[in-house]
Amino acid sequence: MSENVISVNKLTRMFGDFTAVDHITFEVEKGEIFGFLGANGAGKTTAMKMLTGLLSPTSGEATVAGFDVYEEPEKLKKNIGYMSQKFALYDDLTVKENIRFYGGIYGLSNKEIANKSNELLDELDLQSVRDSRIGSLPLGWKQKLAFSVALIHNPRIVFLDEPTSGVDPITRRQFWDMIYEASAKGITVFVTTHYMDEAEYCDRISIMVTGKIEALGSPTKLKEQFRSDTMDDVFVKLVRPQAEGTS
Amino acid sequence: MAMISVNNLTRKFGDIVAVNNLNFEINKGELFGFIGPDGAGKTTLFRILATLLIPDEGEARVINLDTVSDYKKLRKHLGYMPGRFSLYSDLSVEENLNFFASIFGSSIEENYDTIKDIYEAIEPFKKRRAGKLSGGMKQKLALSCALIHSPEVLLLDEPTTGVDAVSRREFWDTLNRLKSQGLTIVVSTPYMDEAKRCDRVALMQKGSIMGIDTPENVTKMKNKTVFGVRGEPRYEVIKTLRKYPHAESVYAFGEYLHYTDEREDVDIQEIRMYLLDHGFNGVEVKAISPTIEDAFMALMEKHDE
Repeated sequence: MSENVISVNKLTRMFGDFTAVDHITFEVEKGEIFGFLGANGAGKTTAMKMLTGLLSPTSGEATVAGFDVYEEPEKLKKNIGYMSQKFALYDDLTVKENIRFYGGIYGLSNKEIANKSNELLDELDLQSVRDSRIGSLPLGWKQKLAFSVALIHNPRIVFLDEPTSGVDPITRRQFWDMIYEASAKGITVFVTTHYMDEAEYCDRISIMVTGKIEALGSPTKLKEQFRSDTMDDVFVKLVRPQAEGTS
Repeated sequence: MAMISVNNLTRKFGDIVAVNNLNFEINKGELFGFIGPDGAGKTTLFRILATLLIPDEGEARVINLDTVSDYKKLRKHLGYMPGRFSLYSDLSVEENLNFFASIFGSSIEENYDTIKDIYEAIEPFKKRRAGKLSGGMKQKLALSCALIHSPEVLLLDEPTTGVDAVSRREFWDTLNRLKSQGLTIVVSTPYMDEAKRCDRVALMQKGSIMGIDTPENVTKMKNKTVFGVRGEPRYEVIKTLRKYPHAESVYAFGEYLHYTDEREDVDIQEIRMYLLDHGFNGVEVKAISPTIEDAFMALMEKHDE
């Protein structure tokens, strides 16, 4: 029996006359790694804002981690993890201060924060830099720490918005090891990326085009469906059907 | 003829060596790429080449002009597009373009042919404020502004970062058209797969250039046989393969894992049997050609030793 952590039904958001997200419907299971892809401007950010309780939908239904996006956005926010490439940790705070800050925000007790801090610093091998400011650390270390901090309150689901953008190829793969580990522990991972190889690492992928989900399935299934060898080709065929055949 | 030549170039910020003793030449008409992650030193290098930053040691010459002592002369011949959107958000598309043209003592009409290809796509929105444009349109406007004075050298710092895979392809098509007009183009990118769109690339990491060559030759810098391995469940296969006694490296790589072995002679069947014995489904092992990313990672590991 599978258990859905996200259920979305005909979710829609308008801005004036413009339909940014147009009746999207999908479900994400517990422990699944779900890739949320689409061209720039396809509506991914708007959809993610609705799923994380930051933006109210115009119509449709959505529950995330058991909470309704209209009725319980505050509870929803407390029960999800979130990190993005653009914003994750405070550069001017030290490693320990960042952990303490996020632990506090998510309502952990002092004792829990102390335990969690030590655990994280050991796991990520960051004890030696625990009193260094985040800004002085390499991007790869920051992103790995940011991911662990996003999980500090044991959420059932974590949203990752382009978490590996600009990260070197070795660290990028170490980051995906962490995603796999989280998924193995039953945490659902909802991730966006512009790296098409990373699309292959997801259990299932959705591809948005002008507000609609135009494709949904496992990488293998989508490649079959669109008769493509790579996810890159699938993406191109969906986003620019008229440009097929050009480089 | 070398359009850009850089000798022993170093720039520090406090204790951090952003750019460490770089040496390279870029030829006229070349499409040259600097490939590397954030923090590799790409932006520092581009700012030095664009005459916006003074190096601590060494020199950079562009069109045979020194980026420090001849900066005024040089700027007339340089088009520079910084990584961050740097146009005036409160000015319209047309006003931005006019502004950049007039700074260089030119006009939109005079150089319309150079930008026509790119500008046509945003011309219908020429009265719109630049800040209200979509990401793709901002990029086209920024490129138009960098080209409006018909420069000989175009410096593009991470023009495709955060841009979707399709728009990235289209942007590279545009660069190829500009190159065919004789322009020398220097681009930086964190996306390894874009290296193949360049004539030559430099692989950068932690302020240093790890290698410079054509994309084909760069892949040969991975001088180990790479095996593509597939099996389900994927992450268990990765972990199990890492425990294989002869494993050198195991990395996820799209559909296949990339595996290298410590030994010179490797029996594919032996690896296959090892995975099958662990009960994995759909096991496949085959020798494959290394990619630029394989080469980059091999060079990174060598540098870290």
